[in-house]
Amino acid sequence: MRMLLRRLSLYLVTAWVAITANFILPRLMPGNPVETLIGQLQGRVTPQQVRAIQLAFGMGLKQNLVQQYFGYLGQLMHGNLGVSITLSAPVSSILRSAVPWTVGLIGVSTILSFLVGTLAGTMLGWTRGSRFDSLIPLTTFFQAVPYFFLGTVVLLIFGSNLHWFPVLGAYSSNLNPGWSWAFVFSLIRYGELPVITIVLSSVAGWMLGMRNMMITMVAEDFVLMAVAKGLPRRKVIMHAARNAVLPSVANLSLAIGLVVSGALLVELVFNYPGVGNLLLQAVLNEDYPLIQGIFLVITMTVLAANLLADVMYFILDPRTRTEAAI
Amino acid sequence: MSAVQIPKSPKVILGASIIGFFLLLMIVGPYLAPYDPSATNFAPNLTPSASHWLGTTSLGQDILSQLLTGARATMVVALVAGLVATFLAIGVGVAAGYLGGRADDGLSLLSNVFLAIPGLPLLIVIDSYLPVAERSNAFVIGLIISLTGWAWGARVLRAQTMSLRNRDFVEASRIIGESRTRIMVAEIAPNLLPVLASSLLFTILYAIGAYVTLAYVGLTSTSVWNWGTMLYWAQANNAPLSNEWYWFVPPGICIALVGTGLALVNFGIDEFINPRLREGGLSARQRRRIGMPRRPRLGFTPVRRVPGAMTRLSASEPR
Repeated sequence: MRMLLRRLSLYLVTAWVAITANFILPRLMPGNPVETLIGQLQGRVTPQQVRAIQLAFGMGLKQNLVQQYFGYLGQLMHGNLGVSITLSAPVSSILRSAVPWTVGLIGVSTILSFLVGTLAGTMLGWTRGSRFDSLIPLTTFFQAVPYFFLGTVVLLIFGSNLHWFPVLGAYSSNLNPGWSWAFVFSLIRYGELPVITIVLSSVAGWMLGMRNMMITMVAEDFVLMAVAKGLPRRKVIMHAARNAVLPSVANLSLAIGLVVSGALLVELVFNYPGVGNLLLQAVLNEDYPLIQGIFLVITMTVLAANLLADVMYFILDPRTRTEAAI
Repeated sequence: MSAVQIPKSPKVILGASIIGFFLLLMIVGPYLAPYDPSATNFAPNLTPSASHWLGTTSLGQDILSQLLTGARATMVVALVAGLVATFLAIGVGVAAGYLGGRADDGLSLLSNVFLAIPGLPLLIVIDSYLPVAERSNAFVIGLIISLTGWAWGARVLRAQTMSLRNRDFVEASRIIGESRTRIMVAEIAPNLLPVLASSLLFTILYAIGAYVTLAYVGLTSTSVWNWGTMLYWAQANNAPLSNEWYWFVPPGICIALVGTGLALVNFGIDEFINPRLREGGLSARQRRRIGMPRRPRLGFTPVRRVPGAMTRLSASEPR
C-alpha cells in the first residue's frame, strides 16, 4: 500500500506543478502580449474576447500575484478553464466533446501495442538467434520515424491510393453519433489506420524490453527447474514470461506520457476530432486559454492513466505489497 | 575500462557509420547544397530530374538543397538538447544517488515530476509563449527541449549510482579519506559511462523527434530550414495527397535513419551493460564456424567454446 500512496502523492505534486506552470508561464511573457494579440486579431475582437485574453495573461486585474493565484485555483476547482478566444465558448465544454475521442484512440492503441509487443518480445527472447531476430532493426526503424510522418505515409499508401481504409475523421460523415451498429462499425473502420500507426510506432519499445528481460529470465534457475521437471514448452515459456513482464508493466506508467505525445500528432494527420487536433489549432490561432486548458486536461488524464498502471503493477507483483521499496 | 570491450557487432558498426555520416552532413551540408534553399526561381512542382535530384516545391524551391541545408539546424538542435539534458541528468541523478537521504528525496521528486508531465504538450505550451523572434534560434529551442527531456537520464543514472555507492572500491576510497567530490567525479563517474552514453543517445533521439515535431506543427520559425519545416511546408501544400513523395519522404527517411543509427549503437551499449545479451561479440558466420549452437542452451550465458574443450571438460566430470 505504501508504494501506491507514494505514487499517488507524486501525481498530486505533479498536478500542482502543472497547474502552477500554467499560471506562471503566461505571466513571464515579455512585453505586452495582450496588445500584440489584440493587434493580430485586427479589430475582429469583441469585448468578451478582450476580457478572455486579459484573464489568460493575468492582466487588467486589480489584484496582486498571490490573490490572482488563489483566484485561479478557485476557478479551476469549479471546473472553469476560461473562455476560448477563437471559438468563443467555455474551454471546458469544448474539451468535453474532444477528450473521449483521444482517450479512446490512445487507450486502445496503447493496450494493443503492449499486448502485441510483449507477445512478440516473449517469442523473440525465447528463440534468440533465430531469423526472427531480424525483426528488431525493422521495428526500431519504425520507432525512429516520427509518429506523424509514419501516419502520413500510411495514410497515403493505404488510404488515398489503395482505398483499403476510410480516412479523415472518426466516423462516416453521413452517420449521426449514437449507439447504432452502423455507427460503431464506422467508428472501428475509421479508427483502424490511426491505431495501426500508433501501434507500429510504439511496439518496438515493448518488444525489445520484453526480449531482453526474457533472455535474462531464461538463464535463471527456476526456468531450468521447469525444464527439468519436464513441463511442456508452452508452460516453461509462460513461467519465464510472467516474471519477465514485470519491468514492462512497471514502465507502462512512464511510457504513457511518451505515447500520448506522439499520438496527439496522429490525430492531426488523420483529422481525428480529439484533443491533439484541438491543441494544434489552438496553437496556430494563438488561443491561449484553450492551450492552457488542453495542457491541463492532457496532464491530468496522463496522471490518472499512470496511477491505473501503477495499480496494475501492484496487483501483479506481490513483492510491492510487502517491501517498502520503489 | 577500455573501448575494446564495446562489442564490435555489425549492428554497432552500422549505427556508428550512420551517425558519422549525418554529423558530417551537419558540417558540410549547407555547402553541398546546389542552390539557395529559399530561392523560388525554378519551375514549381518539378519531379526529380538530373538538375533537381529531388524535384522542386510548389513555390519552385530545390528540395535537395533544403534537405542538405536543413541537416545542420536539425542536428545542432538535437546535439545541444542532448548534451544539455545529459548534463542536467548527471547533476541531478548522480547527486541524488550518491547523497541519498533528504537530497535524494527532493531530487528524485523533481525528476519524477518531469517524467510524469507529458513532454510534448509541455513543450508546445512553453514554445507558444516564446516571442516569434526567439523561435528561430536553434539554441533557445534546444534548451527548452532539454528542459523537458532530462528526467529519464537522471532516473537511470541515480539507480546506477546507488548501486555503485556501496561497492567495495568506493568504500575503500572513502576510508582513505577522499573527498565527496573526488569520489563522485573520479571513482563513480567513470563507471557510469555506459549508462551515460546510452542516456545521451536516448536524449538526442528524443530531441530530434521533439524539434521536428515542433517545426512540423509550425511552432519554430518557418524560415529556418530543418527537416521538420520541410514536412510542414509539404503538409501545408498537400504534397502527401498529391503524391509528391519526393517532397515529404526524404526528410522523414533522414530523421528515421538518424534515429535508427542511434538505436543501433544503443544496442551495443545494452549488450555491454548486460553480458547475457551478448553473443560473444561474434557474427552469425563466426558463431557457426566455431560450432556455437544457433540457439544458446537453456540456463547458460552463451560462451565461446574452443573445439575440444567440451570433451576435456566432460571427461573430468564425475559420473
